[in-house]
Amino acid sequence: MTKDELKIKFESLQEGLSFEEGTEWLTINVDPEGFRNFALVLRNNNELHFDYLFCLTAVDWKTHLSVVYHFSSTVFRHEVVIKVKIEKANPIVDTVCDIWRTAEFHEREAYDLLGVEFVGHPDLRRLFLTPDHEGFPLRKDYEDPINMIKL
Amino acid sequence: MLEELGTNDQGDMIINIGPQHPSTHGVLHLVITLNGETIKKVEPHLGYIHRSIEKMCESLSYRQFIYVTSRMDYLSSHINNHGCALCVEKGLQIEIPARAQVIRVLMDELTRLASHLLWWGALAMDLGAFTPFFYSFREREMINELMEDTCGARLTMNYIVPGGVMMDLHPDFQRKVKEFLRLFKSKIHEYDDLVTGNIIFQNRTKGVGYISREDAISYGCTGPTGRGSGLSCDIRKLYPYEIYDQLQFDEVIETGGDSWARYKVRVGEMVQSMRIIEQLIDNIPEGEFQAKTKAVLKLPKGDFYTRVETARGELGVYIVSEGGSTPYRIKFRSPGFSNLSALDHMSRGGKIGDLMATMGTLDLVIPDIDR
Repeated sequence: MTKDELKIKFESLQEGLSFEEGTEWLTINVDPEGFRNFALVLRNNNELHFDYLFCLTAVDWKTHLSVVYHFSSTVFRHEVVIKVKIEKANPIVDTVCDIWRTAEFHEREAYDLLGVEFVGHPDLRRLFLTPDHEGFPLRKDYEDPINMIKL
Repeated sequence: MLEELGTNDQGDMIINIGPQHPSTHGVLHLVITLNGETIKKVEPHLGYIHRSIEKMCESLSYRQFIYVTSRMDYLSSHINNHGCALCVEKGLQIEIPARAQVIRVLMDELTRLASHLLWWGALAMDLGAFTPFFYSFREREMINELMEDTCGARLTMNYIVPGGVMMDLHPDFQRKVKEFLRLFKSKIHEYDDLVTGNIIFQNRTKGVGYISREDAISYGCTGPTGRGSGLSCDIRKLYPYEIYDQLQFDEVIETGGDSWARYKVRVGEMVQSMRIIEQLIDNIPEGEFQAKTKAVLKLPKGDFYTRVETARGELGVYIVSEGGSTPYRIKFRSPGFSNLSALDHMSRGGKIGDLMATMGTLDLVIPDIDR
């Protein structure tokens, strides 16, 4: 489906979705509460069939965090981007690693570097940094006086 | 920090492979739970060379950050640079001169050849055959030399920049590439004689490290790992960039899903890369090698995502821009990271001796995973 067809399809599936304008791929903002059910629709709807999660990351917007999911379908070759806005003080979002297995590592990375907590993840530990490391390096307020190079 | 060495409460043996181990090709640490010789679980421990490249890029300008990305997957550094340059060009909507496009594709394919050659030699060495390593390095050395002539470096080239390429080709480039092609064509049958047709090698890879097509999609396996499971995932074919849509080449797909299938995909890709180079080497258009760009590049506000096909699979470059001269957030979706996440699934139930064959055909490059 093209971007416009996808938009019509999503609007028929769920009311009140907020779309982002001016993006290459259809971008939808989803609440953390409804995200898990929305993800199941993405995966299991026969006309959408988003079976390939090719990128999962998070962005620190200073006031809040947003978790960004890039989905693609290996059957229909269409893409969609889902953004989940979460609070910085309570960075909780449901896991999708039982739906897309690749999310297991990607979620651990997002937890390690940005401190996003994925509820239901079987093994949410730091991936790159040591377990006793303090802070989350990719957050904008992270300070490391020894190792950080500023230009 | 690490699991206690020895046994767990079910009587399984827990052993560590790495971080210093010849078969991991870098500082990868695997904690393996074994029942006798059978693998019950493989748990990768990462981060030994984590440099936080994504954080570094946040304080580097759009011209500077490309140099850091050569250090991710150092065996396909041209293609890393290419992905980043494409992403910046997408944001700025720069048109690339035809000459630069052809040079980029030529360099990408030469890099892919060099990377697959190293993989081929190293895989055979992992499985106990030492000679192939010298055969493949003999050819790889020629590619490295002609890279050195043009780019000034053998591994971290930093040659592809936003707007085109850094400088024009060396006058000897075409002659040397043709010489390489002539030599490689006369030698490639030796590769099949030495390894592909070797019954010991076949027995060690057939049926080892199996992953089905559905699981490959779910784990995000791309590149030869995905194509060995019958998944069509070549970015050059699916979402062509530069001039790939005008070139004649085949996407090599095998349906076996095992180490043998992944081996055959990579060997087939070497032949396809040669085909692409042959089509282009006499047809490099004259003209500029770099588009005219501003001294300070500023991407408009928004998200930009590009994908390119490295020797290991799909590299995604995701730039979030706030309109400044440095990226607000940058994310590299590296192919090795997703491929590694499938290692546990692939090797469960297999023998510990087969783990090397599985890991070897995944072709992991650890700096690409750790970043």
